[in-house]
Amino acid sequence: MADITNLRTSAETGLSNLFEAARKSFATEEKISREEAFKFFEATGLPSRRVEAFKYTDLRAAIVEAAHPAEVPSAETAKSTVASAKAFAGVEAVRLTFVNGHLVDALSDLGSLPEGVTVTPLTEALTKGNPLLKALGPVEQTRENPIYQLNTAFLADGALISVAAGAKVETPVHLRFVGTGATAFSTATRVLVSVGEGAEFSLFETHEGPNGLAYQPNDAVDAVIADKATLRHTRLNREGDKAIALSTIAARLGAEANLESVNLVFGGALSRHQIYLHFAGENANAIVNGAAMLGDGQLADSTLLADHAAVGGVSREQFKTVIDGDATGVFQGKIIVRQIAQQTDGKMKSDCLLLTDEGQMMNKPELEIFADDVACGHGATCGAPDEELLFYLMARGLPKPIAESLLVQAFIGEALESVTHEGARDALIGEVEAWLRARG
Amino acid sequence: MLEIKNLVVKIEDNQILNGLNLTVNDGEVAAIMGPNGSGKSTLSYVIAGKEDYEVLDGEILLDGVNVLEMAPDERAAAGLFLAFQYPLEIAGVGTMTFLKACINAQRRAREEGEISTPDFIRKVNAAADKLEINKEMLKRALNVGFSGGEKKRMEILQMALLEPKFCVLDETDSGLDIDALRIVSEGVNALREKGRSFLVITHYQRLLNHIVPDTVHVMSKGQIVKTGGKELALELEQSGYADYRSEAA
Repeated sequence: MADITNLRTSAETGLSNLFEAARKSFATEEKISREEAFKFFEATGLPSRRVEAFKYTDLRAAIVEAAHPAEVPSAETAKSTVASAKAFAGVEAVRLTFVNGHLVDALSDLGSLPEGVTVTPLTEALTKGNPLLKALGPVEQTRENPIYQLNTAFLADGALISVAAGAKVETPVHLRFVGTGATAFSTATRVLVSVGEGAEFSLFETHEGPNGLAYQPNDAVDAVIADKATLRHTRLNREGDKAIALSTIAARLGAEANLESVNLVFGGALSRHQIYLHFAGENANAIVNGAAMLGDGQLADSTLLADHAAVGGVSREQFKTVIDGDATGVFQGKIIVRQIAQQTDGKMKSDCLLLTDEGQMMNKPELEIFADDVACGHGATCGAPDEELLFYLMARGLPKPIAESLLVQAFIGEALESVTHEGARDALIGEVEAWLRARG
Repeated sequence: MLEIKNLVVKIEDNQILNGLNLTVNDGEVAAIMGPNGSGKSTLSYVIAGKEDYEVLDGEILLDGVNVLEMAPDERAAAGLFLAFQYPLEIAGVGTMTFLKACINAQRRAREEGEISTPDFIRKVNAAADKLEINKEMLKRALNVGFSGGEKKRMEILQMALLEPKFCVLDETDSGLDIDALRIVSEGVNALREKGRSFLVITHYQRLLNHIVPDTVHVMSKGQIVKTGGKELALELEQSGYADYRSEAA
């Protein structure tokens, strides 16, 4: 059969032109391979549903025009935008503020970082050089992912966060992303967090942006978690209602390393959050949860790849999706157990609560196991709120809408239980309650 | 207090209640006994307002008001309470959150203000102590991981907090050991007072040694077939239900 070559879409041509224009401004001593990344992207184009990994999330159809990379905002714009940012505002943390994908020093706490933590703005690292740049792209499979490669090609800003070996950092670092603009824009940020041996660190990410604007954020976090180190990662998507929000976390776990990652999604007309895990050291442990609460017209995709490449890795993935209106939820999860990775224990689950008849949920679990002494499983459920539970609650005097809200909250709550930071967990629960109140 | 007149109920194609009549007076504890499949649990669900059942005829009057037109939450606000045979586990809903939501929902329905947090905690602690409910249990998700006895105690705790007028206990003794049976029964007895009546549904006489009824009704084939005093329960314990099975057939 002859190869089928898709005609380039207007968005793809636009991206090529934008890359060509941006090329001139790239720093000469760059340690990231933008050219290679863009070459990959040009060869594949925006993935359509013919590409298996994008079967349910057709970016070729969704991205009609390539939005211009956002300019560095003026101090005044940055200040007024951040003043209206609400996410995690009450949570005690050291903040790194990104406005339209650019790190704003004046609105960040770079001068008051917790002991054991250093932060280098990515732009500075790219111009002056930094040994940590070598740690970017810690998971091999991201090189074949068009979203991640686009992020690399257009990388505008970000940060390199380093946590010293043995440091038990109590104060979390909060990456606060806020967007603003009159016309659609795109962003490409990358934050590397390198957690030294035996260290413990918490990273929060919140993403907020304007409603009614089809802006296109593409944010990635690279995590390198050394032996016996722990990274707790909590992410909140409160992007605007028209945003096409793409994001990735790529984590490499050393021996006995721990990762706890939770992503809670409310925003975006289309969102796709990708999780890449590489179990490089023995007996590493990852708990990765996701939750999405979606309304009319929204699509939210969570795509996970857990690559067990060492003995004794444990991974637990739990995804919860609440679907209202005609929204669509997507969960794709793949667990790979390489031949060497004996005694791997992987469990993956996706549950969906459908509040209407019009919504839909797509689940695609995959297991690829080459070792013979492993315990791996996956499961998926989908259904309306349990009538028996509703009756029980109503029999105690709770009106149906309140009873239903309580069940929805309980359903989502299970995915948030792994957030150990009390303030962050309360903030997430507050967001869930706000969504339910707005639904009425 | 509660008056059931000619209640006819079916679920799917099965008619379960066949013109049931029952009156429970103010302050009375009425027991319903009967063989498996006689319709006892159906009666409790129909009183509480479960949707699966279709009421073909009859009325259930609480203080003269027909509750059949009301949603389950409205019935609860009107003072009906069903202690479930199998209390449900609700993962993710904290017991205290649930209790407070229930109390406040009923207070709102009665146009009373919300309970203050200190008052709420004081009230829950006092009721929990009486039922020997461990405070740790109150911190957990509702009924999740609770033993059968703990779940039943939690039902009685809810009953105590919601202060209903009319309580239906659906086989509250099932799954209880001797100590739990005593604790639960004492909890119920403590709530016996004027203005509150009970309908105690059970298979066995032993519960009625602890919660001594004023009247005992025998149910068979969806009807009340015999009514008597507390001694009727003892008779049944001796003779079994064989007579009543044939009587209604």
